[in-house]
Amino acid sequence: MSERENESRPTDGVPAGLWAKCQKCGEMLYQRELEEDLYVCRHCGYHRRLSARERIAITADSGSFHERDRNLRSSDPLHFPGYPEKLADYAGRTGLSDPLVWGECTIEGMPAVLVVVDFNFQGGSMGAALGEKFVRAAEHAAEQRCPLVAFLCSGGARMQEGIVSLLQMAKTAAAVARLRQAHIPYLTVGTDPLTAGVFASFASLGDVAIAEQGAIMGFAGPRVIEAAFKIKLPPGSHTAEFQHQHGMVDQVVTRRELRPLLVRLLRLLSPRPSGDRTEVPLGEATDE
Amino acid sequence: MSRWLPFDRQLREVEADIQKLERLLTASGISDERRVRLREEVAALRRRQEQVTREVFEMLTAWDNVLLARHVDRPYTLDYIGAIFDDFVELHGDRRFGDDPAVVAGLASLNGQRAAVIGHQKGRDVKERQFRNFGSARPEGYRKAARVMRLAEKLQMPVISFVDTPAAESRLEAEERGIANAIAENLELMSVLQTPIVVVIIGEGGSGGAIGIAVGDHVMMLQHAIYSVIPPESCAVILEAFGRDPSRGPEAAEALRLSAQQTLDLGAVDEIIPEPLGGAHKDPVAAAQSVKEAITRALQRLSAMPPEELLTARYRKLRGFDHFREA
Repeated sequence: MSERENESRPTDGVPAGLWAKCQKCGEMLYQRELEEDLYVCRHCGYHRRLSARERIAITADSGSFHERDRNLRSSDPLHFPGYPEKLADYAGRTGLSDPLVWGECTIEGMPAVLVVVDFNFQGGSMGAALGEKFVRAAEHAAEQRCPLVAFLCSGGARMQEGIVSLLQMAKTAAAVARLRQAHIPYLTVGTDPLTAGVFASFASLGDVAIAEQGAIMGFAGPRVIEAAFKIKLPPGSHTAEFQHQHGMVDQVVTRRELRPLLVRLLRLLSPRPSGDRTEVPLGEATDE
Repeated sequence: MSRWLPFDRQLREVEADIQKLERLLTASGISDERRVRLREEVAALRRRQEQVTREVFEMLTAWDNVLLARHVDRPYTLDYIGAIFDDFVELHGDRRFGDDPAVVAGLASLNGQRAAVIGHQKGRDVKERQFRNFGSARPEGYRKAARVMRLAEKLQMPVISFVDTPAAESRLEAEERGIANAIAENLELMSVLQTPIVVVIIGEGGSGGAIGIAVGDHVMMLQHAIYSVIPPESCAVILEAFGRDPSRGPEAAEALRLSAQQTLDLGAVDEIIPEPLGGAHKDPVAAAQSVKEAITRALQRLSAMPPEELLTARYRKLRGFDHFREA
């Protein structure tokens, strides 16, 4: 159901030159400054979509991320026309075997299980591999008793896996239920765009839900709705800000503000604060 | 493309002819000789009708199946509720915002045993279809279902869920009230609800809208129901494999493997409930009887399981939807 799956918006295809062009306002941006700005346009504030690697690089403490299940990939349970070729194509283009990348890391010294979905791999669509990887990440977080932090974007369930992909909604939600029973914090960060089957399952079940400024967020993609019902949606519907306004998201922040907020939340939420203990004297007293 | 749809129309005409003949049979002043002849003709017509139906149904295409599942004469949730339960009291409202007529929920008695019932409800005529929002549930519908499921857990009675929806409501008002959140919370709730859940997909199992009330210990599908991640027409529009052409929905239907048998083969449901020849709408009483027997059997087995075992088995099942490779 990923409506944007074929939209050509390369996020890691920036020419190796010194300059890059903002995909929204068209201004030329000095590459080194763009990196310093976390790939946010300093003219219009547009937040360029990040690959999983880029996201991990600006989130986890340097060198702390250890990826798990790197080779877990979708099979083709339906023998769907053209699907294996498509998978191979995305794998070649992104260097990933699935949109979801997960592993252990520290963030400001605090251990976390980190999940990042990469939109460049088939619109971040959820097939059986993505569902399995999320569940393993959640189970690992429960075992290690450390928070699960998930940066999520997706066009939705992966059509080519049919009913198998739909069932991942139930499977991932069940894993979140187990995390809840284990008293493990689960933090979601909605990134552009977060829609459909992923938004209607584990992405909507965070204990704390943050979203990145300007991200498309909605059950149905806005373009799908406009086409299906032949209506014009009001500007700003189906965005992170809209979801915040309607009570679905705790805070919408810029990419620059994101990590500091995450660090504060992890200090407040972590079951066993291992960061700066002096700052969270009540943490251990109230826990267990 | 569809052999079944024109055939179904024809079948209705033949049925009307047969009924005319039968009326003639009951008329007074008809000679014995004529009566015998007419009776034979009726019997022959019935035999022929059954044979042709059997032949057509042996060769149903995926698209036939989609049309059958959406057939306007097919029994809907309230039809099954009326036929299956000794008593049913409907409960309204989600205690948050409103009541959604696209979902019915209530308390029922099945063979004298208590049960909570939830289900999508479609409408038959234009007015009722609008009232029921074509079976597309809003956030309030999912939250009403959640409320009644929590009640079932509290009072330790099983949940029986009937699934029949094209998709969840996705327009702006639904978005404003958190349709994605409502579905997601039901998925989580149903994965850990401490009471048996039996699900019957009676018609259209349409993507997120369906699964929002379709997580359970025993999930069944009527023989001609469908269960799909996306309507085949939409799938054809989105994918290059079908030339982004909505008229190639029948091909997409084939590729999506959305029939009951294929869904069972993929491990996504646990049991198929056979339908009367020609589809559930040909004999709603018999269809309801089959559904009732299947639910009763499932509940007998599940009620005997200790709660912990029930939940472990449920998680193992959900955890096990695992078609992937590690290499």
